[in-house]
Amino acid sequence: MLRYATRRILLMIPTLIGSTFLVFLLVFLVPGDPVLALAGDKRLSESSIRAIREQYNLDDPFLVQYFKWLGNVLHGDFGFDFNNNSVTDLIASAFPYTMALALSAFCLKLVIGVLIGVWAGLREGRAPDKFNLFFTIFFLAVPGFIIAYLAQYVFGIKLHWLPISGVRQGFPIAFVMPAMVLALETASPLARLTRTSLVDVMRADFIVTAHAKGASPGRVVWRHALRNAFLPVVTYLGLSLASLLGGSVLIETIFNLPGLGGTLSDAITLQQGPVVVGVSVFLLLFFLLSSLIVDLLYPLIDPRVRHA
Amino acid sequence: MLEESETAAAVEVRPTAEGTRRRRGRVEALLLSSWRRPFLAMALLIIVVVSVMAIVPQLFTDIDPRDCDLSLSRLGPSPGHPFGFDMQGCDYFSNVVYGARTSMLVGVLVAGLTFVIALVAGSLAGYYGGLIDTVISRAADIVLGVPVMIASLVILYQFKSRGVGTIVFVLVLFTWAGTMRYLRGTVLQVKQLEYVQAARILGVGRLRILSRHVLPNAITPLIVMSTLSVGAGMTAEAGFSILGVGIKLPAFSWGLQIAAASSDGNWQIAPLLMLFPALMLALTTLAFVVLGENLRDALDPRSS
Repeated sequence: MLRYATRRILLMIPTLIGSTFLVFLLVFLVPGDPVLALAGDKRLSESSIRAIREQYNLDDPFLVQYFKWLGNVLHGDFGFDFNNNSVTDLIASAFPYTMALALSAFCLKLVIGVLIGVWAGLREGRAPDKFNLFFTIFFLAVPGFIIAYLAQYVFGIKLHWLPISGVRQGFPIAFVMPAMVLALETASPLARLTRTSLVDVMRADFIVTAHAKGASPGRVVWRHALRNAFLPVVTYLGLSLASLLGGSVLIETIFNLPGLGGTLSDAITLQQGPVVVGVSVFLLLFFLLSSLIVDLLYPLIDPRVRHA
Repeated sequence: MLEESETAAAVEVRPTAEGTRRRRGRVEALLLSSWRRPFLAMALLIIVVVSVMAIVPQLFTDIDPRDCDLSLSRLGPSPGHPFGFDMQGCDYFSNVVYGARTSMLVGVLVAGLTFVIALVAGSLAGYYGGLIDTVISRAADIVLGVPVMIASLVILYQFKSRGVGTIVFVLVLFTWAGTMRYLRGTVLQVKQLEYVQAARILGVGRLRILSRHVLPNAITPLIVMSTLSVGAGMTAEAGFSILGVGIKLPAFSWGLQIAAASSDGNWQIAPLLMLFPALMLALTTLAFVVLGENLRDALDPRSS
């Protein structure tokens, strides 16, 4: 277990350095002055330009710039925007909204995906299985933002059931629609995987044995099949964090939520380069950290990893 | 699509077990039977229509999409103008028709380039192993450890002039790794099979073994994945436009039209401006997924 954990943590270091370096390289090595690139079409004052050169250590050699920047970022210092507001404060105030959205979407997705997957897996080739196929193809193919606009139109404008956008109504109400859209958008692979995994397990010898020994069908499904079928599902759930975070950027923009995604798209519109870089890198680090935690929790579920 | 079925023409699905069953036979059988599969037939029809629209938009409309009259702004559908007019008073039907090219180009290029890169890098890594494998696999680890949307966004932001090429470059940069890893795994498996060992003992060269014996048997999932990724590329292009880091105006693309319709809540007043490009995009991505799913079923040796 300790060896597994050490190995996993050590493996994260090249990914961490590699991905941040890639972003840094592409952000600061585009042709032309990186300060102007960050500013977009905006005119900057002499003092802001100096502040940015200072903040990103642009007068140092490239590698020194990178490691100084990475050091700051890992200490939670994401720099300042052009109005001299701390990007770290901005992230701190937006973070709860993104977490609320991501966690509610995650729970909804878990319920929807697993229910449909189990239902289809137990009735292989019959109506629920066909429904599962249609459901997954539809939500796999149709872009999430189109579903978001559709939901806004139907439930917001036509039916007046839910607010179209914004967070004025507070946690549960304002988050129902965005979380539901995000959940549906990402539930398809989960439903599919659950179904396939369950179908495979239901054909295994030990299920036949359990039936033969007179276990009730319910007991066979709950105690024998599902426990084994869920192993790949749990792995996938950890990996699916990326799609949830990436998807939440668009969903927050469309539903006008002041989370990290909303902050990001506002920063793009206002051409606040330091905010764009800061928030994206924070999301990236947050993703790396959460996948690390998921991987470290994994041995608790699968003893085969624990003893490997 | 034609190209894919042709590259697949001369190869066998699983020579060890089913020597005579050829992949082209399977794809042909699938296409021939499409009249019995309404969803597949519809998907093929959509793909063909949208492809023609992308290549020669003039076939669908005589109206110049840049010929605009502000006094017609947001007017609804009328004879000769089935989709009405957009904010600027341009004919919306011709705008949507001309938008097909960008969306299709991004989707097809992302899928095609990912296919090529995954094929080359995956077979090098899987077949030769050693240092090449380490370098390619570590690079893939890094790329796979990053959420595509977020990483692409921060990089796209830095480009001042964004065209199809920019979007494709960034998307390929962050998507090649998954497909590559899959192919590498398959190549590793196939490499162990008896007939490959036999070819090696017979003195067949490495490159020939790779191109004639290993790859043909590893390529099937790659074709399916590429077909599925066309729609993903188109979706991403539109998503970038909504976030403000997509292709720049005055280009035509469904993404730009959706973004324009969504900004300032325009579509709440004129929902049709959202409906048409969104519907086209959704139908096209759906068509590619349906085609991919059918190809997967047809090419999967276990399914017969």
